[in-house]
Amino acid sequence: MGAHLLTLVTFVPVIGAIIIVLIPREKLDAIRWTAVAATGIQFIIAFMILGKYNRLNPDIQLIEHYSWIPAFNIEYFMGIDGLSLPMVLLTPFISFLAIFSSWNIPKAQKGYFSLFLLLDAGMMGVFVSLDFFLFYIFWEVMLLPMYFLIGMWGGPKKEYAAIKFFLYTLFGSVLLLLGMLALYFSLEPHTFNLVMLRAAAPAISQTFLLGLNAGKVIFILLFVGFAIKVPIFPFHTWLPLAHVEAPTAISVILAGILLKMGTYGFLRVSFPVLPAATLWFALPLAILGLINIIYGAMAALAQKDLKKMVAYSSINHMGYVLLGMAAMTSAGMNGAVFQMFNHGTITAMLFMLVGVIYDRAHHRDIDGFGGLAAKVPIYAGVVALAWFAGLGLPGLSGFLSEALCFIGAFPVFTWITIFATLGIVLNAAYFLWSYQRMFFGPLNPKYENLAEINKRELWTLVPLAIVVIFLGIYPAPMLDLMSGTLNQLVDYVKTAGITAGF
Amino acid sequence: MDLTQLALSLKYFVPEMVLTGFILVAIIYDLFLKKDQSHRVGFVAILGLLVTLVTLYLQRGLPSTGLFSNMFALDSFASFFKWLVAIGAILVMWMSLDSKELMNRKVGEFYVLILVVVFGMFLLVSATHILSIYLALEMVSLMSYILAGYLKENSRSNEASIKYVIYGAFSSGVMLYGLSLLYGLTGTGYISGIQTQLMTGQASPVLLILIAVLILAGFGYKISAVPFHFWTPDVYEGAPTTITAFLSVAPKAAGFAVLIRFLNVAFTTGDPNSQAWLALPGLNWPVIIAALSALTMTVGNVLAIQQTNIKRMLAYSSIAHAGYMLMGVVVADQTGISAILYYTGVYMLMNLGAFFVAIQIKNLYDTETISDYAGLGFKAPWVGISMAVFMFALAGLPPTAGFVAKFYLFRTLVQFGDGFIWLAVFGLINGVVSLFYYMRVMKAMYFEKMEFAETKTVIPLHFSILMFVLVVPLLVGWMFGDPLSHWTNQAVHFFY
Repeated sequence: MGAHLLTLVTFVPVIGAIIIVLIPREKLDAIRWTAVAATGIQFIIAFMILGKYNRLNPDIQLIEHYSWIPAFNIEYFMGIDGLSLPMVLLTPFISFLAIFSSWNIPKAQKGYFSLFLLLDAGMMGVFVSLDFFLFYIFWEVMLLPMYFLIGMWGGPKKEYAAIKFFLYTLFGSVLLLLGMLALYFSLEPHTFNLVMLRAAAPAISQTFLLGLNAGKVIFILLFVGFAIKVPIFPFHTWLPLAHVEAPTAISVILAGILLKMGTYGFLRVSFPVLPAATLWFALPLAILGLINIIYGAMAALAQKDLKKMVAYSSINHMGYVLLGMAAMTSAGMNGAVFQMFNHGTITAMLFMLVGVIYDRAHHRDIDGFGGLAAKVPIYAGVVALAWFAGLGLPGLSGFLSEALCFIGAFPVFTWITIFATLGIVLNAAYFLWSYQRMFFGPLNPKYENLAEINKRELWTLVPLAIVVIFLGIYPAPMLDLMSGTLNQLVDYVKTAGITAGF
Repeated sequence: MDLTQLALSLKYFVPEMVLTGFILVAIIYDLFLKKDQSHRVGFVAILGLLVTLVTLYLQRGLPSTGLFSNMFALDSFASFFKWLVAIGAILVMWMSLDSKELMNRKVGEFYVLILVVVFGMFLLVSATHILSIYLALEMVSLMSYILAGYLKENSRSNEASIKYVIYGAFSSGVMLYGLSLLYGLTGTGYISGIQTQLMTGQASPVLLILIAVLILAGFGYKISAVPFHFWTPDVYEGAPTTITAFLSVAPKAAGFAVLIRFLNVAFTTGDPNSQAWLALPGLNWPVIIAALSALTMTVGNVLAIQQTNIKRMLAYSSIAHAGYMLMGVVVADQTGISAILYYTGVYMLMNLGAFFVAIQIKNLYDTETISDYAGLGFKAPWVGISMAVFMFALAGLPPTAGFVAKFYLFRTLVQFGDGFIWLAVFGLINGVVSLFYYMRVMKAMYFEKMEFAETKTVIPLHFSILMFVLVVPLLVGWMFGDPLSHWTNQAVHFFY
């Protein structure tokens, strides 16, 4: 069984989903606890994977490699390295906690939890697949549960939000599919195996497609596919809407894990397989990162709806990841992946906290609160911690990863980085300003009887807070996990990209 | 043709003879039945098709042969389609047995007529002479006209039948004209002989293109490709729904079979079984087909968006799917044809499934309007989930076999090189457009409020079994070794 940890970690939630389908709908507790058990076991397996992982070896490990559809050379190929392991840890962690924050979901709980677990499996599958076809299948499998989770359990405009999310991401997937096929046919023998594609990177850069350089064409196709997921400006318009309408736990998953799949896709596929095109596109990518940072922060500043503000903060934070990636330096790359992990934990806290206040006040209008600090001090304290983590206060994990991104990007894109630091100021501004409006000043008399955060809610937040503080003080364990692989990736892209050239 | 040769051919004609035998038995049996017992003919018909399948199975491994002076061919390509058509017919009869539309009337002939259509399609998919092609095509068409108008007192059904006849007569006339020109040009009716004659290169390209267009009109009508599709929505809406389901699958598959065989044998240079082939010099039919394909899928998808009736929506969606399948015809080499065969197989499962759900809804709630599906996902969970799977498969989303089928088609186009990548892009964009109307059914079933019927609707057991039979292969069939793709890869072998 030790040999199949990756298969297990991917399919345990599917088993959970099947069990839930078989439980009668009246047995609510059985349904919930099955979901808890499924994600909990997944989390334990993720830790077993961590235990087996050799951090000194930057290459792919725990490989599971079988022929799947031999006629088309499609393989069942899973493995992890320092790039995927942080995501493999993040996914069950956030999913496990999100189950608790969806404890009181109002209707059709059976459907909700089984779809939730399918979504979980799809996400995990994306992070462990090393065959592009398999990757794509998981990438798409995740779409449908998400569509239903937003569309059935969401807010007032849920249907519109769900279909917009669906059509946007599906459009991206379609381009991804085309890029994937073009990659597949650029090699003899045809293959979807990402390791083999990476080894053949120079050859791909030399072929032509529609009279243009195949590397560039494929890179652009994949770029749009991944950019919609990140989301990179101007492909971001689905995100605020989906976030606002989705139930709390789904927002948590959406921002905490789903967005990472976009940047993960760049690092897993585009960068290693198309190094020359990556170098060619590095500057535009950095500029897009800058736009994400500034635009996301400005938009967040302008929001009246708390959840929308947090949603735009995700756009802002993913900008740091893009900037760090584009720099193609060791510090930048490590910072980018570390930021992916940190944003996952921090934004999960942010959305859960928004959910807590929404459950009580039934609105999210920032100006509609006021003076809550006196009434709900524990809640105010946790919010302060999360908000500070969000604005990158030193000592909390977000600071380190953002700093690494900037340190990595500065020597390469000096001016862009200087402008990007402006984003930090804006970032602090929207968090602090919203905090001030919600918690300070005279208590809004409407909330005389506002209930304090309860134990269940608190206990979903505490683990996240611990991780945020721990990694803020002592980031070495996480950085050790990934630096080997990422440094190797940076070196590879640089050398292969320059030799292949255009 | 001497008698020994006839006798030799009969040896290879067992499935068709069995079928004929059962047609006669069914007609005679029907004479002894009262009106309310007449559905029993359906059981005889199903039995007949099952026996036919057994004889088809026994035929496997026989070498490719020409039958009856090479008027027909026995090859793996034809036999694939025979399987498909027979299985489709069995499923349709199964569904017809408790269709409310067909209750309280004499339905003996109904099953007999379906058997005759199946027989016609058996001939059509193996025809290798323009005369046998035409006769088989007419045999299928004539029976379909009667079936479309089977609800005699229903004016929609009558309208469907009349429209079907008029369009059908027109397009087969046009096609006959094309065939006669071709015969005049080459002096032979055998499609392989036609190819040999055309290869001498004396025919004028203008005439060749005219011929190709005229003949494509006939085939295009059968597969409902734009601009020969106008009959489709009205006929699909008016015909009894089980017949609509049947028409959307079986004659379409048979139409593709004969189209592929004709183009690949008559209008190419060299051996149709070889990997490398070229269109005849002076007749660039792949471009014509590509244009037809792009037009067909776009028109089908765009018009499907505004439909409110499920049968009309599925009619336009079936037009769009014909467009997708034509993408494979453009690249009618081994992989292309294999991709089409795969697609027809998957398409049969998902499209029949969607129609069967529509029939069941019609039986239960007496409605065909999509907005009336509101809350269906809760009233009848298994029907809802099945419908969801069919819709996702039709839209080509993973992890259903619908995705794999589309994937194989796109793969063929991309592999072919730069020439037809534009068509692949077109197809992909169309895939996104099609989502819109498939998702609308989802939206109605799951997102829209209904008067929450506390009591769940009871679904007949045999219907649940049928859904299971259709859903499971769509969901997991391709994941474990993909048997269908093995079969289709082996099935691309023509006798010519």
